[in-house]
Amino acid sequence: MSTRRLLLYFPRSETEKPIVYHLVKDYDLVINIFRAKVTPEEYGYLVLDVTGSEENIARGVEFVRTLNVQVDEAQKGVRWDRERCTMCTNCIPHCPTKALHVSERATMEVAFAGELCVECLSCLENCPYGACSSIF
Amino acid sequence: MKSYEQINARIESGKAVVLTAEEIIDYAERKGLEEAAREVDVVTTATFGAMCSSGCFLNFGHSRPRMRITQTWIDGVPAYSGVAAVDAYLGATELRQGDPANTYYPGEFRHGGGHVIEKLVAGQTLELHGLSYGTDDYPRREVRTTFSIKDLNQAIMVNPRNCYQNYNVAVNGSERPIYTYLGCLKPKMANLSYSSAGQLSPLLNDPLYRTIGIGTKVWLAGAQGHVYAEGTQHAPSCERGPNDVPTEGAGTLALTADMKKMHPRFVRGASLRGYGVSLALGVGIPIPILNPQILKATTVRDRDILAPVIDYSGDYPNRTGQVLARLSYEELKRGEVTLLGRTVESSSMSSYAMAREIAALLADEIRRGDFLLSRPLAALPVQQGFQGMKIREDRP
Repeated sequence: MSTRRLLLYFPRSETEKPIVYHLVKDYDLVINIFRAKVTPEEYGYLVLDVTGSEENIARGVEFVRTLNVQVDEAQKGVRWDRERCTMCTNCIPHCPTKALHVSERATMEVAFAGELCVECLSCLENCPYGACSSIF
Repeated sequence: MKSYEQINARIESGKAVVLTAEEIIDYAERKGLEEAAREVDVVTTATFGAMCSSGCFLNFGHSRPRMRITQTWIDGVPAYSGVAAVDAYLGATELRQGDPANTYYPGEFRHGGGHVIEKLVAGQTLELHGLSYGTDDYPRREVRTTFSIKDLNQAIMVNPRNCYQNYNVAVNGSERPIYTYLGCLKPKMANLSYSSAGQLSPLLNDPLYRTIGIGTKVWLAGAQGHVYAEGTQHAPSCERGPNDVPTEGAGTLALTADMKKMHPRFVRGASLRGYGVSLALGVGIPIPILNPQILKATTVRDRDILAPVIDYSGDYPNRTGQVLARLSYEELKRGEVTLLGRTVESSSMSSYAMAREIAALLADEIRRGDFLLSRPLAALPVQQGFQGMKIREDRP
């Protein structure tokens, strides 16, 4: 069993198909949705973790792609711009998963562990410098 | 033991020994104060944080026909125009005209004076809108154009209150989140926020202002500027520890420098949700090691600097004077402190990482011979209080 974070982007009007239902039922995947915007007749997106066997995840991703949905495994919804970040640490108490954290106490440098990010967007609200942004 | 002239001569010959206020701690411990004071010429200090009193005077040059601009907007942000013809003063905390502020609480404050100043220093194009009533010698009544910092004759930053010597630690003892200039504070003291570079901070390394005075040359966001006056609210008469280090705000500096020579990395507009806009600035100040006493002050450590913890949900707005506890910067920088028996997450509004970067940059500039030190023209007051506003009920 493994878990992968996927970003599903629906260009337009491909949102009527019950994609999550098929991923669960046909490919035996456990789905955990972090963010979603699915509006009929418009573009939409889903950010989700899929847990299952490697083979089933690959087949599930293939199925989703056949529906003209773009699947991006690398892309995160939340971006942290190291150059814009002043490393003030103001965001850190507001990040529930410690994705944003102080990597080294002696230098007080801030780092972003994207794999821990649950895209709650607290950092966007709390960063004075706009270092965090959302692609959506 | 050493004079400013001797130190500058060593800097000019490229032989000056320069350490940051962080490096000097171990160095002096290894060598001893006397020997370290003989060997080291300069210790560099630095800070980076939101400094709300920042602002700048701009001169746009004269239009044809001439215009005495009486109202100015830059990228929609009003700039004070009650000065000479085509000068204006833009303050960091000025909101864009029409900003809903806290109407939809907590407001976002995405754009204001601080952001305009950031764009200016970054060389970006801004929009100027000016109005006037027109006079015989200045007939033009309106101007709309774009400009960048290159088009200005002067762009001089003038900040009456920078580099607070020490600062409050903010907590929220109430039952709802509050939004302050130290960030969003969660209810029931779940987190706290501080703002100081601690052992790297300029005035904490010269607590009695022996070398930092009016006329001292400073590194202001990459430009060589200077201290032009005591800062507003400069209040050195306060509680101090055995090392003379204040355990509250205390001293401040008024700084100025040419914005055309600044580096955009160290001039950053800030949006503080529910509070407003500001400007974060990087400042570096070199301390000449004239004698062992001055060196000793620069060896101050985070664990020896205490900051007052204040409840920003009640005690701060109401000025009760209540201090909940005092915490050292060593504790604060751990990310978690014990406050009144419970564990509280700690974070900062200032950046220690940027302060380190600036202290190192300034040390390099001095080693290369590009930054000479200046003797102050006048000392900062060492004894002076700070009074509140008197609201007179018996006004006519």
